[in-house]
Amino acid sequence: MIVVLPIAALVWESKKDGAHTFWQVVRSPEATAALKLTLVAAVIVALVNAVFGTVIAWVLVRDDFHGKSLVNAVIDLPFALPTIVAGLTLLSLYGPHSPIGVDVAFTRTAIVLALCFVALPFVVRTVQPVLHELDREMEEAARSLGASEVAVFGRIVLPNILPGILSGVALAFARAVGEIGAVVLISGNLPYRTEVSSVFVMNRIESGDSAGAAAVAVVLLVVSFAILLGIGGLRFLVTRHERHA
Amino acid sequence: MSIEIRNVTKRFGEYAAVDGFSLEVASGSLTALLGPSGSGKSTLLRIVAGLETPDEGEVVLAGELATELAPQKRGVGFVFQHYAAFKHMTVRDNVAFGLKIRKRPKDEIAARVDELLKLVGLQAYGARYPAQLSGGQRQRMALARALAPEPKVLLLDEPFGALDARVRAELRDWLRRLHDEVHVTTVFVTHDQEEAMEVADRVAVLNEGRLEQVGTPVELYDTPTSEFVMRFVGDAHRLADRLVRPHDIALAREPSGRAVEVEVERITLLGADVRVDLVDGHGERLVARVPREELEELGLERGEILWAQPAAERVFVD
Amino acid sequence: MRRFAPRFVALGYLTVILLAPLAMVFWRTFEHGLSPFWHSLSSQETLHAFQVTLMITAIAVPLNTVFGVVVGLAIVRRRFPGKGLLNAFIDLPLALSPVVVGLSLFLLYGRTGWFGSWLTRHGVQMLFAWPSMALATIFVSVPFVAREVIPTLRELGDEQEQAASTLGASPWQTFWRITLPSIRWAVVYGVVLTTARCLGEYGAVAIVSGRIVGKTETATLLVQDSYERFDATGAYTVGLVLAAIAVVVLVIMTLTKPKESTA
Repeated sequence: MIVVLPIAALVWESKKDGAHTFWQVVRSPEATAALKLTLVAAVIVALVNAVFGTVIAWVLVRDDFHGKSLVNAVIDLPFALPTIVAGLTLLSLYGPHSPIGVDVAFTRTAIVLALCFVALPFVVRTVQPVLHELDREMEEAARSLGASEVAVFGRIVLPNILPGILSGVALAFARAVGEIGAVVLISGNLPYRTEVSSVFVMNRIESGDSAGAAAVAVVLLVVSFAILLGIGGLRFLVTRHERHA
Repeated sequence: MSIEIRNVTKRFGEYAAVDGFSLEVASGSLTALLGPSGSGKSTLLRIVAGLETPDEGEVVLAGELATELAPQKRGVGFVFQHYAAFKHMTVRDNVAFGLKIRKRPKDEIAARVDELLKLVGLQAYGARYPAQLSGGQRQRMALARALAPEPKVLLLDEPFGALDARVRAELRDWLRRLHDEVHVTTVFVTHDQEEAMEVADRVAVLNEGRLEQVGTPVELYDTPTSEFVMRFVGDAHRLADRLVRPHDIALAREPSGRAVEVEVERITLLGADVRVDLVDGHGERLVARVPREELEELGLERGEILWAQPAAERVFVD
Repeated sequence: MRRFAPRFVALGYLTVILLAPLAMVFWRTFEHGLSPFWHSLSSQETLHAFQVTLMITAIAVPLNTVFGVVVGLAIVRRRFPGKGLLNAFIDLPLALSPVVVGLSLFLLYGRTGWFGSWLTRHGVQMLFAWPSMALATIFVSVPFVAREVIPTLRELGDEQEQAASTLGASPWQTFWRITLPSIRWAVVYGVVLTTARCLGEYGAVAIVSGRIVGKTETATLLVQDSYERFDATGAYTVGLVLAAIAVVVLVIMTLTKPKESTA
């Protein structure tokens, strides 16, 4: 009950002032800009994470070096750390007064950076178990049939870890779309430039326009839901071979 | 393609899985590597395939040194005990894999796949996924897959080990007939001596990473060169100071020659033969196999005292 | 060399994104010496903020733990209509933006909201006061215990419980002596995750609390507020304490992590 009611209220409120007002707010340049930024950033982060997350998972499962278990533990840090502190840490290194002279505060790069931080664990943690379970003999069979190492990875390993990657991507995307804490400090929340939808919604509430806020929130929910469904569908397709055994 | 293994040693830490092993395999032959678990036979096979590299020694394929050669370049077909099927590909795609890697034209691939599926009896299953096949079917697919790129050597690592007894027997026959048709140099690994004897032209017996004896199945059975081989290939029991095969124990009511006094513990009828469990004066157990008629002639019963004598031929003295 | 390339890529990425920034926080906090750090840490504002955070956490964690275990048991061991739906709803807070959560609560419990008007008439203030903040925090941290308990219960199977009942144990005894001990580490891990989430909550609480300094400010809200007031040291101080707590949480997490598959 705690879960369902608030959502219902949200949808209701967004309709309060009528459909016309709904679209008015949503279509407004500021809202559209925020929405676009949020979605594009989330897609970039999901993709970056898909690549690096897989590499990290690979290294953790197949490679061995001193301090590997430490690295493995550190991956979970974004889960444990408050998002606002995450934003602060990134700001300290990549913002004004940066000791290495890199200042991306108030830029869109900063947003992507912050979102990469919070989404880091997702792909890694969904790919690790799949990679671990992978039948190494399939790779050996491929080699014995003449496949180069690249072909072994591309034709054998990758297709089999793809469901894991997709799950992680879905989680990372959902997280990135909704994130506020990590982004709010480092992005500066400049309207039309570095304002993400979550910040936009919060500003609307604080200005008293809760209907407008609700409208944008609903749109964001619907779009995210659609994308997640898409990823889920993709995952379903890719795991065709596991069914009706 | 002939295979020559020269003095190969492979260690895992302190433990030598293969220890100074040498063997020559003639082109076109069907050879079995037979031995108990841990005898190093699988490791040896994988070294020939290039899936492991030896610490010492050489592997020569068709007269050329291949020890450092990657598995991709050896032209070797490998069949795994647990099939190693490409789960995410259909049966057709599995079989076609080696050919696709070699970038053969599409119609050539399709024709070859059809040919092989027919050969292994899986024509109707081309569009299925491995998860939908039985163990025996998966292994046949794995064989077709290994044969598709026309390897010069076919290596099988306990290929029927994961299957149940009946399927195992069927596939054994089937492998023999396949070899008769296809004539690829084939080496397979097994711990089942019956399998080795039934299928192979020549059998190499391994123990603790070393070669004990190599020869035809008959040679190994009739003239074993060590106690290990005698016990491993067929049954053998101690009688006095000799090792005797159950069929070679003659039972009589009167002592003669080097006969030993034994007591009958149990008599079991096994079709045309009878198994007689005996125990000698020192408490050592042994088993004799006698034909039915002899049982009736002697009128044997439990608890009787008899005299057991090794028959003149086929006795191994340490 | 090719063998090592993935390793360097992975470690490089981690350093840039994760490790280097973290090291910086330490540096920044003590940049101007120990005394400003101490001053910030012991200020009324800071202490109050931590008090609020801890109080809310102390409410949310036990509630969600009990809920998680109960729901976990219900889902795995019983059949009832709507079970699949319940399962999906438990995961919902993970997919939702905290802002959306805050907004929904704001709408429900505000003066003109569905429940709000009723509550205001009875003198209960939800918004801009701790009750809504607690509710928000409870909502976002609902999934963790349940998500750890469910797979563990599934794997264990109910044979042990069946054995206990044949030996005469009542349902309560079975639960207390058999079920609970067998899921103990899953529960601990779930509690740790829940706690970390509660301590770190920002978005939802920011909306429903009104961020009234000294009254409804949590530690996370204080970090943001300090930074925007140009009190960098203050922000870093609180941030460091939260980071330190996070590291402790991480250590406990690593130690109690269920044996899935980390090579």
